[in-house]
Amino acid sequence: MLTAGLQALLSHWWRHPFQLVTLLIGLATATALWSGVQAINAEARASYDRAASALGQTPRPRITAPDGVPLEQEHFVALRRAGWLVTPLIEGRLSTEAGSVRLVGIDPFTLPPADLPDALEGDTALDLSFLTPPGQLITSPATAERLEGADLPPRLALDGIAPGLAYADIGIAQDLMDMDGRLTALLVLDDQPLGRPPLEEVAPGLVLRPPAQGGDISRLTDSFHLNLTAFGLLSFAVGLFIVRGAIGLAFEQRRPVFRTLRALGLSTRVLLGLLLAELLVFALVAGTLGIALGWLIASLLLPDVAATLRGLYGASVEGALTLRPAWWLSGVGIAVLGTLIAATASLWQVARLPLLAPAQPRAWAMASERTMRRQAVVALALIVFAVGVGLYGAGLVGGFVMLGALLVGAALLLPLLLHVALRLGARTARTPLADWFWADTRQQVPGLSLALMALLLALAANIGVGTMVSSFRLTFTGWLDQRLASELYVSSDDEAQAAALQEWLAPRTDAVLPIWRASGEIAGAPAEIYGVADHPTYRDNWPILAALPDVWDLVARGDGILVNEQLARREDLSPGDTMALPGWETRVAGIYSDYGNPSAQVLVGLETFDTRFPEAERLDFGLRLPQGEADALARALVEEFGLPAENIVDQASLKAFSLQVFERTFTVTGALNVLTLTVAGFAILTSLMTLARMRLPQVAPVWALGLTRARLARLELLRALLLAALTAVAALPVGLLLAWVLLAVINVEAFGWRLPMHVFPADWALLGALALLAAGLAALWPARRIATIPPSELLKVFANER
Amino acid sequence: MLVVEKLEKSFSGGDRPVPVLRGIDLTLDASRTLALTGESGSGKSTLLHLIAGLDAADGGRILIDGDDLAAMDDTRRAALRRGTVGVVFQQFNLIPSLTVAQNIAFQARLAGRNDRDWDARLTERLGLASHTHKYPEQLSGGQQQRVAIGRTLAARPKLVLADEPTGNLDEDTGEQVLDLMLELVAETGAALMMVTHSTRLAARMERRLHLERGEIRC
Repeated sequence: MLTAGLQALLSHWWRHPFQLVTLLIGLATATALWSGVQAINAEARASYDRAASALGQTPRPRITAPDGVPLEQEHFVALRRAGWLVTPLIEGRLSTEAGSVRLVGIDPFTLPPADLPDALEGDTALDLSFLTPPGQLITSPATAERLEGADLPPRLALDGIAPGLAYADIGIAQDLMDMDGRLTALLVLDDQPLGRPPLEEVAPGLVLRPPAQGGDISRLTDSFHLNLTAFGLLSFAVGLFIVRGAIGLAFEQRRPVFRTLRALGLSTRVLLGLLLAELLVFALVAGTLGIALGWLIASLLLPDVAATLRGLYGASVEGALTLRPAWWLSGVGIAVLGTLIAATASLWQVARLPLLAPAQPRAWAMASERTMRRQAVVALALIVFAVGVGLYGAGLVGGFVMLGALLVGAALLLPLLLHVALRLGARTARTPLADWFWADTRQQVPGLSLALMALLLALAANIGVGTMVSSFRLTFTGWLDQRLASELYVSSDDEAQAAALQEWLAPRTDAVLPIWRASGEIAGAPAEIYGVADHPTYRDNWPILAALPDVWDLVARGDGILVNEQLARREDLSPGDTMALPGWETRVAGIYSDYGNPSAQVLVGLETFDTRFPEAERLDFGLRLPQGEADALARALVEEFGLPAENIVDQASLKAFSLQVFERTFTVTGALNVLTLTVAGFAILTSLMTLARMRLPQVAPVWALGLTRARLARLELLRALLLAALTAVAALPVGLLLAWVLLAVINVEAFGWRLPMHVFPADWALLGALALLAAGLAALWPARRIATIPPSELLKVFANER
Repeated sequence: MLVVEKLEKSFSGGDRPVPVLRGIDLTLDASRTLALTGESGSGKSTLLHLIAGLDAADGGRILIDGDDLAAMDDTRRAALRRGTVGVVFQQFNLIPSLTVAQNIAFQARLAGRNDRDWDARLTERLGLASHTHKYPEQLSGGQQQRVAIGRTLAARPKLVLADEPTGNLDEDTGEQVLDLMLELVAETGAALMMVTHSTRLAARMERRLHLERGEIRC
């Protein structure tokens, strides 16, 4: 019985292979887009985990100097003698001619083995050659390869070490980082002895900081991955529209078969079981295909994602994918779940199928206006919900919930909007043919609504994300021009060289602008503090968002500081507010935009910086030069001081690099956008093709009344273009709203800055043209079919032999 | 074989139910044939659907081989339709994606008693031997109805219920199809109850019952 039933059900697909291909492609594409994004996220997170297992991310309390400067090694000795269980740590970026690595210096004698990364735990790597000069750098194989030829201690490559990370013995690290007798921090171990003297007594001036909550990198990149996940979900949802359409059509066409099977003795339970088994097989096949396709997408996109994460957050991600069982399982799981979601309504209908209902396919086109009205009510409720979340919700998740509700609401409202637009269009009809055209187009809407909803979502996402990226690009480029006003940026190797440089440069430039820098903690989070000179370069160019009058005078006098937008938003600061910096309290004189930087940043006057941070490095300068002199001066600097090339950066290449990071940041979203639009185009194609057969009863009478097949075909094409155009018009406000949410809510939550919104009508026109092209191409085959259908086929409609 | 006692059925029609069958009593023995005639709307098809277990009665009872349909759940009624009762529909209700041969064997396979020799003989007798690989849409109406009859008889049901099996066919084709059905039913020893509003076709059955406003008039 089961075999016979299954054969009857599956034979449908054998006779309609295109429908099967549609279903499998839809599901595979949906799974691919979802699992591709998941693969990227999983790979990036695995890299963070490996990085987090480095000591820098170990959740242990730390003892540091309050202003972020290195502390003296004597403090370590003093604390150990006083009974404190601490272990010394060196952390920093080690620059070489072969690129830079994050160097972690450890003391294997005092560091508990459990604090070592898995790759080093219980390993014999930490032997004599690690401890004694010239020492050893333990890195990942990829990093070891990259550092080949660099003038560094011998490398030992071990699997499982985070990319871009190198471990060395504390003494070797001190040599490499030029930190003799100094340390970055002391890690406080567990099980401290009771009765030990307090820290202030043993090492006055040092502070004990609680362990960081979660790794900085994962905290910073969470929003980026959430963005990717949201895109993956959107693409998956668009793909599901195809699946829903294909399953719905297949179930609809098989209604008479279901009824016959029931009449011939197949119980509802068995029938549903067989249908579920059939869907499960499809989900597994399409899921496997989708995972393979997702793998391909992820492999293609991962290098860009890795570059973005490196550029924006300094997070290293390996450029190759690793096969993870969890990822495979989640891909198959999402395919099965998606199929079930897409099929629920159809299965429910089968379960409630009255045995004696009319056996003719109901043809979706007959969906009642009542259903449409009900859908519109749900849509309006979702939109009201979205507005509510926008007004009262908070956080990144709240932002995405708002986006989701808005998009789904808009998609559900589309059939009603099209219906109304077509009714209005019908009023313009002056001929019987035009009357028929409008009426027939209206009748097509329910059948095409799923595909048109997919198109609306894809177009809205394109407009929204496109507007965001273009607004970002415009703002970012302008901002770069303001921020990178100096023609040349120079870094010296030490303070003696810095002094010599300053003296040598003074007569050869318009201005030498010192850029002193210190790291510290502001309001419990890491921050950078810059000391800047009082100079028209800053006064004229700095991208100030809000400020007190005479802001630069205040900064120069030490009566105020400037804070970046992210810090201002995080701490709810306005110009005039008081703010605590390490060691003193001051006033916020102004707020400036600081795109592309995830951390808090503060600008203080040069004199104030000198007073407050006497220990900080004073190595960097911005040079103002007459136009066209940058190259010559750069060459002279190399010749005179033997500065390595990476110590001299000209404004143009810095801008180019920044823009490159920016462009790569949005390569992934751009690619997902294009894929989503392609999927939507495919949804229209499949819907039109599958509906083409059901259209014969509508088309045949008009043909019989005297319209040629060629003209009918042209009208078919026109209908698809009209519906696509109306959908594009409906997508525009949705897309702009999406852009606003992305810029004003999501970006602020994710990155801490708000961007002004710019509109780009030329982009919309291009997108509209693309939508028409997609719909036109999709309608071409069904139109051609009508143009070439044999009259005998059309006559069958009247002979009741179909 | 078939006993129907005081069968009642109403359909909702606005404010109050509209009675369609009012206390129907009838019996049909194995290997016998019975015609059920009546005007449109007299309740013929409803009675046939109730006997086939496709719908549930409001009152009375139907016994098939001594089993009361009212006491059966959906699964048992489905099993009854698979193995004991065969229905020939006016609209053929063939499975469009299966070939003629697969359609004919279908119900027998569902019932778990597929007999390839019997299928081949039936196909031959029904004049479909040269069409076995065709799909229903490639056949004429008369041929499709023969496939439907073949599908029912291939499962060797004890009771064949035919709902105007020639209603969609022209007179000559209808006669031929009926001849064939009667021959084959006699050959399998099944009881046949045929709904028709043609008195000419009803005359070919051993017994005739006339249904009028939901009641039997002999």
